[in-house]
Amino acid sequence: MFLLIGRRLLQSMVTVIAAVTLIFLLFSVIPGTFVSSLAGDKRDIDPKVLERIETELGLNDPLPTRFANYIGNLVRGDLGTSFATQRPVTAVLSARIWASFKLACAAIGFAVIVGLPLGFVAAVKQGTWMDTTAMMTAVSGLSIPAFWFGLLTMYFISLKLGWLPTFGYGNGGFRHLILPALTLGIAPMALLARTSRAAVLETMNADFIRTARSKGNTETRIVVRHMARNAFVLVLTTIGLQFGSMLGGSVVIENLFAWPGIGALLTQSVSMRDIPMVQGCILLIVLFFLVINTLVDIAYLLIDPRIRYR
Amino acid sequence: MTAQTILQVDKLSIALRLKGQGFPAVSNLSFSVERGEVFGLVGESGCGKSLCALTIAGLLRDPLHVTGGRIDFDGQDINRLSNRDMRRLRGNRVAMIFQEPMTSLNPLMTIGDQIGEMFELHENMSRRQARLKAVESLEQVQVPSPERRIRDYPHQLSGGMRQRVMIAIALACNPALLIADEPTTALDVTIQAEIVELILDLCKARGTAVLMISHDLGLVARICNRVAVMYAGSIVEERAASEVFVDPRHPYTQGLLASLPRLGRRLQEGRKPLMEIKGVVPALTERGPGCGFAPRCSKATDICWADMPAATALSGSGKIRCYHHG
Amino acid sequence: MIFRSNLIVGLTIFALVVLIAVFAPLIAPYDPISHSNLLYAEEAPGAQFWFGTDEQGRDIFSRIMYGARISLMIGLAVQTMNTCVGVLLGLSAGYLGGWWDEFVQSLTNLMLAIPTVVFALALMAVLGPGIVSLLIALGLTDWAYSCRISRAQVLTHKSQNYVQAARTMGYGRLHIMFREILPNIGGPLIVVATMGIGSAIMAEAALSFLGLGVVPPAPSWGGMLARAREQLMVAPWVALFPGLALFITVLGFNMLGDGLRDLLDPHGKAKR
Repeated sequence: MFLLIGRRLLQSMVTVIAAVTLIFLLFSVIPGTFVSSLAGDKRDIDPKVLERIETELGLNDPLPTRFANYIGNLVRGDLGTSFATQRPVTAVLSARIWASFKLACAAIGFAVIVGLPLGFVAAVKQGTWMDTTAMMTAVSGLSIPAFWFGLLTMYFISLKLGWLPTFGYGNGGFRHLILPALTLGIAPMALLARTSRAAVLETMNADFIRTARSKGNTETRIVVRHMARNAFVLVLTTIGLQFGSMLGGSVVIENLFAWPGIGALLTQSVSMRDIPMVQGCILLIVLFFLVINTLVDIAYLLIDPRIRYR
Repeated sequence: MTAQTILQVDKLSIALRLKGQGFPAVSNLSFSVERGEVFGLVGESGCGKSLCALTIAGLLRDPLHVTGGRIDFDGQDINRLSNRDMRRLRGNRVAMIFQEPMTSLNPLMTIGDQIGEMFELHENMSRRQARLKAVESLEQVQVPSPERRIRDYPHQLSGGMRQRVMIAIALACNPALLIADEPTTALDVTIQAEIVELILDLCKARGTAVLMISHDLGLVARICNRVAVMYAGSIVEERAASEVFVDPRHPYTQGLLASLPRLGRRLQEGRKPLMEIKGVVPALTERGPGCGFAPRCSKATDICWADMPAATALSGSGKIRCYHHG
Repeated sequence: MIFRSNLIVGLTIFALVVLIAVFAPLIAPYDPISHSNLLYAEEAPGAQFWFGTDEQGRDIFSRIMYGARISLMIGLAVQTMNTCVGVLLGLSAGYLGGWWDEFVQSLTNLMLAIPTVVFALALMAVLGPGIVSLLIALGLTDWAYSCRISRAQVLTHKSQNYVQAARTMGYGRLHIMFREILPNIGGPLIVVATMGIGSAIMAEAALSFLGLGVVPPAPSWGGMLARAREQLMVAPWVALFPGLALFITVLGFNMLGDGLRDLLDPHGKAKR
């Protein structure tokens, strides 16, 4: 058991290292990136300053040395200094992670609370108008551009009806969270509805459900004790993957709603070619994905005995 | 119907309903099972024997529907029971064993919990008490070191072990009737006999009647008191097991027996091909008004195609549906 | 049946978008870029401007017609690139196995861990904005699904008789991979690719919406939405129509994908 968890953690570590390497290479190997990113933007930068920055960043060192330095700093939690604001990247990231995390949790919460029942109802009422409606909703939810959906809710719910604030973080309250979370959660919700429909259908027709019925279980008890867990096992991977990619998905949404999280920071940094900041953001997004999915895999070990004893 | 009868099926008909159209799958099925008796229901796959089993346990699901007839269990018409009373019957007084031991158990529940569930449901036990009883049940089906096994999950057991667990579940509450739907078909030949013996021994000790559903004539002949042979949704011949295999009267039964390979026959009769029944079982959608076997029967005449023969009593004991059983 | 109608609706939308893209110059009443007249800025939809005008007085209807060209072109090009990369990696990994398989699998996991839009953003930061960068950024980042599916398919096909037969006949690895196996695993791949076009179009729109994709004033649906929020109160049509076009197009590709799956891949191997 612990061996399995350990192996899974090791696997994640390998992916993290690979990701770090990839991100490093992306911004280091392509020639002239740093210099052009500073000088190419028609900004007047004193060549002396440029040179100082280059030396300061160790840009003239050979690649392996730079990589070693980068990793060394990373381990100490030092992601460098922002080109734009001169503040340490780690500090900026940690100031912003909470907003993004809150948004991601709210969005996955919405997706699970709406998506799972939708898929469940569709499966139970398979072939009826309810199934068709639910699945049409799902395919629409998967196809709708999130930022457009956000604009629509903004227009109708905030501007026309005046129920909720249009955008911004406010004082971090719940009312500001609703629309961005809804917008971010719509696609995962749709996907979860589809996955859980398939999962419930598969479980519903399983032989062991017939056994449970032959034992004299009530239908409610069959759903609660026999179906729910088995169907959930099939859906859990999707929930994990969706939650994990939430920070990535929030890039567009945070911009639309002026949400002060990692996603908005990433776009700003890309526009300003603030490379250390971009690196930091991506690293955080990837780490979040890997952590969530590792946790999901560990959760599987706990709830599914078939994996545990393999 | 006597007080000795535990199950009486009378003119039971089941149909498959697809897109508003009904296709009869089982028609006018009648038989009865006495208390403590082992009754065999044999036939090829698709003849409706499993449907019949599911119906008796009240487990028939859409798109299959009962279209007529009645089933009396212990003197009670089960169609008139409320859902709640039916649930109390199920598992408690009528239990079932299925063909697929690999998939019939919940993969995420321990064996102990799955057996214990029977006591929780029907004997109002707490989970702890139920677990203790589960150990006993597991011991009765001869699973070694049951107190350790109850913590195991189905995937840790072999097919034969799982079927033992299914038997433990089915017999946990000492039911009056056990429906065994092809209980050994999916198992290795070497353990089939063990499982059958186990079922028979345990049922005998409990006075439980067995409705053994199988396509295996040899098995049925060996263990059953009486046998009903089904073809295309009807019982064509119902006799005492000792008679039907010695002196089959229905052309279908005769064909079935002739097509069985028998040890030592080549020595006696020389090298001869095995007999076969020509043709195939008619599809559900292609059944005519007459005898279901007529298309494949060598004795069929015009009347066989036009009208279903009624069940007639044979001299001695038993019933048959054939115009030409002479 | 709903599944049949998936295919029909999907195909209809697809055909419609293609027609619009091809005949945009004939359909569009105005030039999408140069016809801008501030006198007509933020005109509501009406007889003269069917979908209204934007803040520079450009006809939104015309811009949407021309935008179909960009969306479709980028969608097809990007998905072609992704499919080629994915199939090449997946096919070789599945067939050759060994360290190469391990490597490709780790790479795939890594690509799955970095969301497409984020990776593309990073590449755009390095490459600078523009259509070529966009094609590279999107075309090299979203191949994980095609890779996984072709690998899984190869693994099941590898041991089948026709492959064994080809091997006995002395055909080389390349021949077996591309001439024997590839044609037989086309079904699931086509399904994934069809849906991938939808995601590629969506990704392009997202990047352009962020101002990091197609450079204005080129009429990209996502780019047209970029400034819609500020005008939402006075000119909601600026937000409404480009998004609707995007929605319908992506919906079309998704429904087409669903329909094709039911047709070509009834067991749902191409689930994504």
